[in-house]
Amino acid sequence: MADNLFSGTAFYQALAEHKLMGTRCKQCGAVHLPPRPICPKCLSSEVEWMEFSGKGKLAAFTVIYIAPTAMIAAGYGRNNPYIAGIVQLDEGPSISAQILGFDATQPQNIPLGAPLTAAFVERGEGEARKTFLAFSA
Amino acid sequence: MSLTNPTRKFGRGVAVVGAGMSKFGAFPGKNSRDLFVEAFQEMLASVDKGLDPRDIEALYIGNYSSDLFENQGHTAPIMADWVALTPRPAVRIEDACASGGAALRQGAIAVASGLYDMVLVGGIEKMTDLPTERVTDTLATAADMVYEIPAGFTFPGFYAAMATAYMAQYGAPADVFLQVGYKNHEHGALNDKAQFGQRISDIMEARKKSAAKKGQPIPTWANEMEFLHDNRANPMIAWPMRLYDCSPISDGAAAVLLVSETIARRFTDDPLYIIGSGQASDSALHDRSTFTAIPSAQKAAQIAYEMAGVAPADIGVVEVHDCFTIAEIIASEDLGFFAPGEGWKAAQQGVTARSGARPINTSGGLKSKGHPVGASGVGQVIEIWKQLRGQAGVRQIEGNPRLGLTHNVGGTGQTCVVHIFERR
Repeated sequence: MADNLFSGTAFYQALAEHKLMGTRCKQCGAVHLPPRPICPKCLSSEVEWMEFSGKGKLAAFTVIYIAPTAMIAAGYGRNNPYIAGIVQLDEGPSISAQILGFDATQPQNIPLGAPLTAAFVERGEGEARKTFLAFSA
Repeated sequence: MSLTNPTRKFGRGVAVVGAGMSKFGAFPGKNSRDLFVEAFQEMLASVDKGLDPRDIEALYIGNYSSDLFENQGHTAPIMADWVALTPRPAVRIEDACASGGAALRQGAIAVASGLYDMVLVGGIEKMTDLPTERVTDTLATAADMVYEIPAGFTFPGFYAAMATAYMAQYGAPADVFLQVGYKNHEHGALNDKAQFGQRISDIMEARKKSAAKKGQPIPTWANEMEFLHDNRANPMIAWPMRLYDCSPISDGAAAVLLVSETIARRFTDDPLYIIGSGQASDSALHDRSTFTAIPSAQKAAQIAYEMAGVAPADIGVVEVHDCFTIAEIIASEDLGFFAPGEGWKAAQQGVTARSGARPINTSGGLKSKGHPVGASGVGQVIEIWKQLRGQAGVRQIEGNPRLGLTHNVGGTGQTCVVHIFERR
């Protein structure tokens, strides 16, 4: 990462290159995803970029039938529900993401703790095109 | 954390001497100022020994998003103007669905500081002018728009994710959530201010009649649980949260009058004293150490209990933030009424029903009373006011309760506000 602005913009720029970037505290070694300019553990501002492996496990999830407009635009809704979840990365931190690779109509068969790998989903057209974080079974 | 005040205390005592609310529901043609005037007038009428409104010195208005719901910003001075209280200072307090509780706390702090002797605390929200998907989008802005919402999460979705984590950790069945909704509808049927003044059985009867009238096949639910398991009658919103697990989209307003303790008895012989007030903040849901509790609620409750010098077992009346049914179960644990993982059993066994040992949400809660988000935290106080003063009518709980508690959550717990009230 060229600059030291530990921002959402920088996070999504890295995501567009299929890199999952967080921060590591130079003072205490704590790692964070999403990136943070101030370490919540020791309050140091001495942080640096760190690339995450993208490997983790499913910590919580839901299957969404009543979707927000952005997901409706992506083709989801009552007749095509999707999974949103929280994934705990192998490095420790957790993050929200769409979950792919399970049958959304059989939520009782989706096991917490299932191993997942980061996936990168492109949505939108032209200027609005953006890479979203997902995890795949 | 405090440098000089290890148990946080108000600078002086604060009392509630008036409380009122509009009906909660969907009111086409009424905007938030119209509803606030209704709440204000009921509050005035509730002051036992009368009130000259000109003695009110400032207004604290809880409101989540009049900007997006009504295309109206800068709402607090409008509320002051419509109840004829300009030029008194009026400020809007926004902490998502905890805006009302946060406004109550700011009003109480203002009186406790000695700056004012009398303030008006209001809560307002007008949600039903927007179509459902835009309401969903507006509520979503209470979460992290950079890191949570792009994942496709909605508010029902966040709480549903807490529910799956809770079920996995504690072995709770999905059925128990439906029982919480059923219970809160039983309670709300006794509250003439509730959006759904109907039991689930009343709703079933109405559906059957409607089907008969339209010449459609008449549904044959054997009982309430069968109705609640019917995917058509009670569709899935975000698994395992169904429609009747979710609080509704609502319009409404509430108003509470706070005065310094020293003058409270000029207005009523039966004031309620605010003896505990706690508030805490937290990160996005994914950044927390647990998804089966709300740490900000535990912290806010701890601060409030310590300030009040009371324990969970001392509390007689409780209004908790049941924006979703799982939230009521988690709240019942976060507030210390049940051990972690035991709340769902209490709900299943009827302990939290009006007739149980630990009644929760006698008003019907957000589920049945309605959830005009910025008004909800103030609306909770109206139930405590009525129950502690013995004025709750057909839903009055027994045992002459002396202490009441309100629990008001913003977002998924990025904010929580807890207050404890005492009748002396």
